[in-house]
Amino acid sequence: MLEVVVKLVLVAGAFAVLPLLVGQAEHKVMAHMQGRLGPMYAGAFHGWAQLVADGVKFAQKEDVVPRDADRWVFKLAPGVALVPYLLVLLVIPVGPGGQVALDLGPGVFFALAVMGVGVIGAIMAGWASANKYSLLGGMRVAAQLMSYELPMVFAASSVAMAAGTLSLQGIVGEWRWYWLPWQAIGAVVFFVAGLAELRRPPFDMPVADSEIIFGPYTEYGGLRFAFFLLAEYAGIVVLCGLTAVLFLGGWKGPFLNTELGWLWTLLKAAVLAFCVIWFRVSYPRMREDQLQKLAWAWLVPLSLAQLALTGVLKVAL
Amino acid sequence: MGRVGRLPGGGLAKGLAVTLRTMTRRSITRQYPEVQPDLPPRSRGVIALFEENCTVCMLCARECPDWCIYIDSHKETLPAEGGGRARTRNVLDRFAIDFALCMYCGICIEVCPFDALFWSPEFEYAEYDIAELTHEKDRLREWMWTVPPPQAHDPAAEPPKEIAAAAKAAARRRPGTTP
Repeated sequence: MLEVVVKLVLVAGAFAVLPLLVGQAEHKVMAHMQGRLGPMYAGAFHGWAQLVADGVKFAQKEDVVPRDADRWVFKLAPGVALVPYLLVLLVIPVGPGGQVALDLGPGVFFALAVMGVGVIGAIMAGWASANKYSLLGGMRVAAQLMSYELPMVFAASSVAMAAGTLSLQGIVGEWRWYWLPWQAIGAVVFFVAGLAELRRPPFDMPVADSEIIFGPYTEYGGLRFAFFLLAEYAGIVVLCGLTAVLFLGGWKGPFLNTELGWLWTLLKAAVLAFCVIWFRVSYPRMREDQLQKLAWAWLVPLSLAQLALTGVLKVAL
Repeated sequence: MGRVGRLPGGGLAKGLAVTLRTMTRRSITRQYPEVQPDLPPRSRGVIALFEENCTVCMLCARECPDWCIYIDSHKETLPAEGGGRARTRNVLDRFAIDFALCMYCGICIEVCPFDALFWSPEFEYAEYDIAELTHEKDRLREWMWTVPPPQAHDPAAEPPKEIAAAAKAAARRRPGTTP
């Protein structure tokens, strides 16, 4: 009983802290990649408290709901966007031997299904805002979810096939170093499709601030908007954690797997999170048709090829 | 680098390389209120008035393209010294520059025949009200203390005309006794 409570507290702490760390890292990394310094004043030392200050500001804002909005759905949407990532965090193992809040048998299935729910929050927001731009954004979110969920599931099922289990713990247990080249295509497809599902640049067509004014989030402000932002960063944490666990061997490092396992997982996830920020700084936003073409003409065939490769090698070995 | 760009997907790698290289370099940001900027010589920050040199000739006010210089004066009669007629001179009552109008062209400084106007690199004189940007002569005189000495000549530059003229005059004077 105590163990469960401790684990839940740890997961809640990770859910509260890790997205902020990613957000702060994004502020600083993005700034330095653009030859700037980024936040320097909040908290006196290199702006470490910038996101705390942002949070205080968001909390002070007036809670505005548009007159024609579908009030109930409008108010619920940020929660629907945020909570699924908390649930996925429950099943991601950080270390060997039960270092996971909930060791679920069909862990991969659960994680992918619940991550898909998070996107519903943005669609709800787009619909309920009673705003043309928001609706356009919501439609784009829906279209993006449709096209990118498929290669993501294919890539994940390739790993599940290789490991012979749907449990995330089991997958890392079966993982060997030669999976890196073997599942490389699947890893890239999974990560790219995950980015698209989180609507991170260069796949941020649904929020395209210069065209449809932040899409589904146009009418949101204050704490509700902060929840959407938090959901985005929590999504990054979840995606990086999942990619690390599924494709990069989770807690398996060059040495001290049992003692430092959790550190390896966090390190891999952090490197991936850096890549997420790096891609955002380096690449311009894709057009809506390019976005769809990438999914259907490249990622789906590539993930199918990965599935075939996994199947052939699995039978041959 | 050039070859990488031509491979399929090479453009993507190139983009990543550019951002990563920029990240490893020091950023050029200067944190202004804590760190003062390195201003170039002859910076046009504000116009300072060397009040003692001003003769109220009004040339600056007339040449100012946007009429931002205000000058008031009165005539003062000096008592006659040792007979003859009394002299008069202009006394400056008000000299103000409206920095809300000034476009920092520097024509007033160029045109002043008595070296009464100077460029100062001082730039921190923002105000909350546009009317307060009209600065009077005491403030303009204060800025005189911030005027830097003229920039030294380039080592390779040809010597200034004034020095050549002075040398020539000195040489002409030497053969004779007194001018």
